[in-house]
Amino acid sequence: MGWLGPEEWQAVALSLRVSLVATLVSLPLGVFVAHALARWRFPGHALLNGLVHLPLILPPVVTGYLLLLTFGAQGPMGRVLEALGMSIAFRWTGAALAAGIMAFPLMVRAIRLSIEAVDPRLEEAAATLGAPRARVFATVTLPLILPGVLAGAVLAFAKAMGEFGATITFVSNIPGQTQTLPSAVYAFLQVPGREDSAIRLVLVSVAIAMAALVLSELLARRMARRVAGG
Amino acid sequence: MSLEVALRHRLAGLALDVAFDAPAGVTSLFGRSGAGKTTVINAVAGLFRPDHARIVAGGEVLADSDAGIWLPPHRRRVGYVFQEGRLFPHLDVRRNLDYGRRASGAPQDAAGFDRVVGMLGIGGLLDRRPARLSGGEKQRVAIGRALLMQPRLLLLDEPLAALDEPRKAEILPFLERIRDEASVPILHVSHSAAEVARLATTVVMIDAGRVIASGPASVVLSDPSLAPTGVRAVGAVLSARVVAHHDDGLSEIDAGGVPLMLPRVAQAPGTALRIRIAAHDVILSREVPVGLSALNTLAGTIEAIHTGEGPGAIVSVATPAGHLLARLTRRSVTRLGLAPGQRCHAILKSVAIAPEDVGTGPA
Repeated sequence: MGWLGPEEWQAVALSLRVSLVATLVSLPLGVFVAHALARWRFPGHALLNGLVHLPLILPPVVTGYLLLLTFGAQGPMGRVLEALGMSIAFRWTGAALAAGIMAFPLMVRAIRLSIEAVDPRLEEAAATLGAPRARVFATVTLPLILPGVLAGAVLAFAKAMGEFGATITFVSNIPGQTQTLPSAVYAFLQVPGREDSAIRLVLVSVAIAMAALVLSELLARRMARRVAGG
Repeated sequence: MSLEVALRHRLAGLALDVAFDAPAGVTSLFGRSGAGKTTVINAVAGLFRPDHARIVAGGEVLADSDAGIWLPPHRRRVGYVFQEGRLFPHLDVRRNLDYGRRASGAPQDAAGFDRVVGMLGIGGLLDRRPARLSGGEKQRVAIGRALLMQPRLLLLDEPLAALDEPRKAEILPFLERIRDEASVPILHVSHSAAEVARLATTVVMIDAGRVIASGPASVVLSDPSLAPTGVRAVGAVLSARVVAHHDDGLSEIDAGGVPLMLPRVAQAPGTALRIRIAAHDVILSREVPVGLSALNTLAGTIEAIHTGEGPGAIVSVATPAGHLLARLTRRSVTRLGLAPGQRCHAILKSVAIAPEDVGTGPA
């Protein structure tokens, strides 16, 4: 990429990788949690709902610090991962974890809305036709909520691309390791004479965010048409 | 194959306590909206779990609270045709029809599939999505989908309630064919007396969560004490056979040896019919009527007179053709001096019998 310098390109590529992994790994969990929140009544429902939404409300720096306490080298989970040789502190995988957690509420909200829009009486009909729960989900619920799942995934991806506070607190700002696009913009703004690099990354950032929003909208409309059987 | 149901449940505002046996054929749960009919059928399907239940279908226990048995819906093999069809919007008609077979992992049965598709006349719709079907077409597909899962029992919950009159007339003959041709027993829920009269072999009347009467359709439907006097739709059901079609547009039928004239029916001579005679279309006379335009007169004996709060009365008359109900005013009953045991003549205008009151099959 001639237009972007090597450092800038490195940040963009890292952010794309971090966001893609964060989105894909959290998607199955997001569908499961959204389904549980939308369809099941169980003790702890409100607690789960609160936990999922917490990253949306907490200052990102607090989320990042909590991650550091838990997954850092001295944290309980950090020691377990260290022993397994899978330490994520100050690695790109840690950035993916932070991005995934910060994007999770948006993903779950979009998917939950689409599950709530599915008529549960269709699921009942499938059950009377001999389909066990898992099959009902795979053959009726999932196809009907696909637009919401895709919209949720795209939205989560865009949010992950923009994650800054929790990431820089948890995994710092190491070029080539944990310096994502927003961290790089921040770093360039600290160095006199690098404003042009920062501006270029800002433009990339705006373009990716816009593309994600338009794509999510298009997918949702297209799938809604398909599902309605037009 | 029969069905045995006993349920108890306390709902807000309704204490449900019903028990009935459903022999082969169509058993109609008949009663007002809110009487608990759909709750019963949902319990049979396994979609609603009452406080206490014992449900046995064809010897297999689907639910028995005392023994701690409650089969989930997908293990009951009970076909359910819902009021609103509930077709899967993302699947075309063929895949909707095939859903039950795939879910149970049964091998493909092209002949069985074609037979059901042919019987319901939905062969031309197989590649369409439900959004592009009419209300009547949707309901026929829903019936086909339930039949093709090879159910041990078919549940019909107000299958015609969401349809307009022409669509109802379109679906009823298919339901009659299923009753008469498929060996699967049917549990049917309806608040429409006309629909019950067309379809039911056995009627279970439910009111406020309780069974108030049950038995063969011809008996229950002609019992004046069960006929709500304020309801216009009351009527008895007669068994008959088509004798001939006449040139003047009438069809001659034979009901228990009595010849009756009806507006032309579609069925061929020899076909068994069940005809619903609405109580408000029957006039009673104590003398042999003379100089009347009405073509059908049946001599009979008054069995019972039921009067309610309003000005109306329901009189049941035993005739050689079967039991008839006549809806009169209480004033007429008094003026004619009608009483049980008296001979009388029931007069019936041919044109009063509407095509939708004429069904096929034995009453």
